[in-house]
Amino acid sequence: MTKDNRAIAQSFIDAIPHSHVLGMKIDFVGDGEAHMSMDYDERFIGDPATGVIHGGAVFALLDTCGGAAVISHPDHNGATATIDLRVDYMRPASPGQRIRAVATCYNRTRSVAFVRAVAMDDREDKPVATAAGAFVTGG
Amino acid sequence: MALRTPEPVQVVKQRRDDALAAIVAAIPYIQFLNVSFERRGDELTAVMAYRDTLIGNPALPALHGGAIAAFLEVAAVIELTWATAWAAIEDGTLTPEAITSGHQFALPKTIDFTVDYLRSGLPRDAYARATINRSGRRYASVHVEAWQDNRDRLFAQGTGHFLMPDAKSAKAD
Repeated sequence: MTKDNRAIAQSFIDAIPHSHVLGMKIDFVGDGEAHMSMDYDERFIGDPATGVIHGGAVFALLDTCGGAAVISHPDHNGATATIDLRVDYMRPASPGQRIRAVATCYNRTRSVAFVRAVAMDDREDKPVATAAGAFVTGG
Repeated sequence: MALRTPEPVQVVKQRRDDALAAIVAAIPYIQFLNVSFERRGDELTAVMAYRDTLIGNPALPALHGGAIAAFLEVAAVIELTWATAWAAIEDGTLTPEAITSGHQFALPKTIDFTVDYLRSGLPRDAYARATINRSGRRYASVHVEAWQDNRDRLFAQGTGHFLMPDAKSAKAD
């Protein structure tokens, strides 16, 4: 993907208020795949005893990244919406580390796009969370 | 047989409200999402007060799926924590100070969480109530329903499985 495409995709993300306040960044997007990341922030903490960020923040990143993967598919027109999303939390994200998500739209029909996604911190061999869900396709 | 004098109502309410406030205040992400809890006896209703930063689709506009998911997960975790801690709060063995210090107190950990987005979230306050369908020593299964204008027209529902705090130390053996 060219730098221009990434800048356009980032401007899309910046226009989504909730993704913007979570500081989500587009690292790559194209052909039904999206890579996004989110910096550690103390406001996102879910467990004060450990400083681990809340599952909801990881869920939001995986959801946004999944939507970006759907939109980036060559056959896609317009916006999308999540129909359902399941997130499995494999292990706590290490406090202080950036979370990276990779989402793939692995199947598309006229009305539904199926997405798988994975979230990781600095240890890329052990996922923090995985996700699977269905999204609306334009038509 | 001597009858015990019932506690004054304000003492009971104060104890429960203080314990709930301490649990909720312990989690920064709840503040970030602008979520609060209303209590009737032991029944909790989570409220996500509307803010522009909760929007995920500015064109519609609609709430962000991630904000909705986090709201449901928060409602589930607090319900589970509240129900588990209820007896200890009532008999005075778990104080708000102990909750805040985190010594006798740990939160359940989410194993998985699934959200059904039934209709788009409108730019206004949202409400959620969680039901514990199973609560064992190690695992719990919790269902959450969320609505806005009409209680029987849900805009999202979620189901999650949670690892209970005691199971954590048992697992380390």
